[in-house]
Amino acid sequence: MTKAFAVIEIVDLYKYYGERRAVGPLSFSIEAGEIVGLLGLNGAGKTTTLRILACDLLPSSGSVRVNGLDVVESPHEVRSLIGYLPDTPPLYGEMTVRAYLHFAARLRGLSKASADKRVPEVLEATALAEVQDQLIASLSHGYKQRVGIAQAIVHGPKLLVLDEPISGLDPVQIVEMRELLRSLKGEHTILLSSHILSEISETCDRLLVIRDGQIAATGTEAELSAKLLKNQRIDVTVRGDEEKAKEAASGVPGVVSVEAIDATEGGEGVIALRIESEGDTREAVCRALVTAGIGLLEVRRGERELESVFLELAGAETADGGSGAAPKKKRAGKKGAKKVRATAGEGDAGAKDATAEKEDGSGT
Amino acid sequence: MRNALLVAGREIGSYGRSLLGWAIGAAALLVEGVWFSANGLSGSRMSADVLREFFNGASGVTMIVAVLMSIPLLAGERERGTLVLLNTAPIRDVEIIVGKYLAALAMVALITLVSVYMPLLIFVNGKVSLGHVAVGYTGIVLLGSAALAIGMFTSAVSRSQVMAAILGGLLLAVMVTLWLVAKVTEPPVNGVLSGMALHHQRQFPFMTGVLKLENVVYYVAVTYFFLLAATKTLEARRWR
Repeated sequence: MTKAFAVIEIVDLYKYYGERRAVGPLSFSIEAGEIVGLLGLNGAGKTTTLRILACDLLPSSGSVRVNGLDVVESPHEVRSLIGYLPDTPPLYGEMTVRAYLHFAARLRGLSKASADKRVPEVLEATALAEVQDQLIASLSHGYKQRVGIAQAIVHGPKLLVLDEPISGLDPVQIVEMRELLRSLKGEHTILLSSHILSEISETCDRLLVIRDGQIAATGTEAELSAKLLKNQRIDVTVRGDEEKAKEAASGVPGVVSVEAIDATEGGEGVIALRIESEGDTREAVCRALVTAGIGLLEVRRGERELESVFLELAGAETADGGSGAAPKKKRAGKKGAKKVRATAGEGDAGAKDATAEKEDGSGT
Repeated sequence: MRNALLVAGREIGSYGRSLLGWAIGAAALLVEGVWFSANGLSGSRMSADVLREFFNGASGVTMIVAVLMSIPLLAGERERGTLVLLNTAPIRDVEIIVGKYLAALAMVALITLVSVYMPLLIFVNGKVSLGHVAVGYTGIVLLGSAALAIGMFTSAVSRSQVMAAILGGLLLAVMVTLWLVAKVTEPPVNGVLSGMALHHQRQFPFMTGVLKLENVVYYVAVTYFFLLAATKTLEARRWR
């Protein structure tokens, strides 16, 4: 079997801002056609890495190659191959969507005739046709984000580098953005960043978790979960006696804890249980409940499980002051994530502590 | 050159669509009109003196217009986060600088030349040569070009437009008032300082209709120097 061609190849990349190390040592590669998510808390080094890839920043040391071209030696050529969307889309509010995309296309080397042909295609692909004659300043945040993606793909780049493309979008816009990103998958290799795992886990083939400027873990969502989650969480909704249900669930081998939580649906005798277990015990728990005469209404994996994997990988323990805070974080969801983001990445020392803790604990 | 023209085209469109471009243009014409009315149309004077006085006022206005026009070109883009579009596109830094400079120069030239009706009014009751008018405008455009390059340099080194405006104003003031410093210094320093002054010794011959090659070369050199400095600054910041 031949090895797929690496569109991005980063080897021992370091980036320093003065004395402060923002990235490094960082090594990873991305093969053609992949859509990969770069995940990390704020200050982890995501944006710096993406800016280096987009030839907007010079690396301090190491090798960064795009399609075999070095970003330092051949920045002009690399820029032609990349479509880059920074965290704030670079939009000229006084221009119409169509004029802006035409300008972006010409800027990336397309001839006038090619740009005339390409812009309507991109407007169609990004569902911007209906607002093409509007001034960008008058568009909603979701549309502006779309225009940002449109400018990144307008010249048909091999590689798309998108910095937090889903950030700040409302739920409907997030769904639309995911569909848009999936639709781009065939034509482009995509590297996108986020600090919220659940926002991009459905979109990406593979995830790279970055912490303190280094890759903390890599793999698919399932691989990361299997590798790192000591305890899995399932929520079950049942009809019956609470104590009896708890007793039945607790008797299943591997179950660590069972607690009652608020049921999401009403009805006489309807209760919900949150079960923490070592490994996947869903089938065994269901069997035990049914055997105990408890009516089983719903079983699902804990909603925040993915987020807890990410927070663990991203070094959130350090930010919250030690591993003792972990259970609380697992229940914190996005609000919890924001809280730890605010305190994470304040310096290398804290991040190094997180690394040490990780090596001791979860063994990434 | 293609990329520079592309950038220039966008900038000109931006000036046309923004309030800033129109406001600066209108204010410049208003000030020039008031100046011409107060200094040129009052009392009995020689036509050539009236024209010289008009160019004197217009040159001051043009310097300020040029700096104001240049401030948003890079610092404004940096503030809005749009500079990254240019930085990550396959175009060279010099093309970005030249494109923006050409656009601003076109606007400065347009605003300057729209005032041509004022010198032409002199023909109603007096007589001046068209050559004098042409040389005077040449001097003003060259002065505007140099002031624009100075403004672009301060725009390139500044993170904000306010800082760029302050730096640009200060640098321009220093460059203009060098002849005053020259007055209180000894030879040969005074000669050098006087020769480096942006307005006094260099602009006066243009106002009187005298076209000297050395003055043209001076303004072209100042423009080139500050555009080169702006390009190098952009290059350094791009990779920082």
